[in-house]
Amino acid sequence: MATAVRELPLDLDAFEGPFDLLLTLVLREELELRDVDIAEIVLAFVERLAEREELDLEACGEFLVLSAALLELKARGLFPDEELDLEGLDPEEAAEELAERLAAYRRFRAAAGWLEERLDAESDRYFRLGAAPLAPTPSRPIARQDPAQLVVALRSLAAVPAEPSLRHLVLSYPPLSRFLDRFRTLLRARGRFAFDNEVDRLSRVEQIVAFLALLELRKRGEAQIAQAGPFEPITVWNASAS
Amino acid sequence: MERLRLVENPVDRLARTIEALLVIASKPLSVAELAAATEEEEEERVETALGLIASRFREGRSGIVLEHVAGGYAYRAAREAADACGRLVERPVQRGLTQAALETLSIVAYLGPVSRPEIARIRGVAADSAVAGLVERGLIAEAGREAEGGAVRYETTPLFERVFGLENADALPELDELAGDVEELRTRLENVARRPA
Repeated sequence: MATAVRELPLDLDAFEGPFDLLLTLVLREELELRDVDIAEIVLAFVERLAEREELDLEACGEFLVLSAALLELKARGLFPDEELDLEGLDPEEAAEELAERLAAYRRFRAAAGWLEERLDAESDRYFRLGAAPLAPTPSRPIARQDPAQLVVALRSLAAVPAEPSLRHLVLSYPPLSRFLDRFRTLLRARGRFAFDNEVDRLSRVEQIVAFLALLELRKRGEAQIAQAGPFEPITVWNASAS
Repeated sequence: MERLRLVENPVDRLARTIEALLVIASKPLSVAELAAATEEEEEERVETALGLIASRFREGRSGIVLEHVAGGYAYRAAREAADACGRLVERPVQRGLTQAALETLSIVAYLGPVSRPEIARIRGVAADSAVAGLVERGLIAEAGREAEGGAVRYETTPLFERVFGLENADALPELDELAGDVEELRTRLENVARRPA
């Protein structure tokens, strides 16, 4: 391949790079030919030719063959089911049709240019379109920071934390003797009492200790205990009195 | 003492009602739509009221401007406030329209309703992604199918006219006015061919 063709730089919508890379990608089917604007390639080549002093016939010939092959491949890709009656087409007619198509395309290209200018001219026209999405707020860079502050912050994280207090978990039991003394006094004074009445206003822990004291008195044989059934009132009386 | 009575001009009242309608509408309202909503039988009076509003809401006098666009009337921001508007809102419809998208858009604008194969035939490249992008932006929309083959056809939307500031679809320039350089391509090709080797 002549260097002029091979290294022809292209800047298309679908591809940017030298012509031979485009061919390679097309042959490997890594680039869809239907997305490639072949007219742009031809224009690029013609402009490259115009820049040169002499006409490179070999390059022109190769370029014609390659671009014709690309065109045919692309035409087959774009219109796979279309039956074209090329046999009956007069070369002059074909040229005329091609010129017309090119002219039509140039017109729409010009229209696109007009739209682009219009868009540019209208860039300061704002209007409401239902709910407009809010523009992203500009990011505010953080003010300069002192590295020493970072050290202080990290050091406070690295410090060993204080032992957690377990004080709230400790239960304080009243001494058993308190209830022993109290029940003995009651038994001496009255001879009998209702256990439930005595512990009615005490805390749960105190009730437990009071019950242990009652069992202790029973064990030592100082008191008798009676209960009609489960959860019934407990009656206590002096063992020596009975 | 005789009490003074202010006699209100009925067009003023109509203008105030139309202002209210324009401020709640998210699309341009046509004279017919305004007449229907205000229960005004004469469209001419609606137009007179619109003239009154346009004289109040115009560039240089107000931050809100009444414009005749996309076949109707709508409020927009005054151009002098464009920088502030740009800091508040984005314009996803207008931003980043490629050359391929603009060419496709111009074909749909002039030939619509037109199908993707027709667009591809004129541009010489597949139009699938350009069409999809324009549909997503809301600049073109489906408009039925071709009788033969059933390909979906597309046409431009009122949003297209609004974005490009066109009063209506007829406000596009004649295609022939734009095509002054058709001959130029042919001349360039011929010049190169005639160059002596």
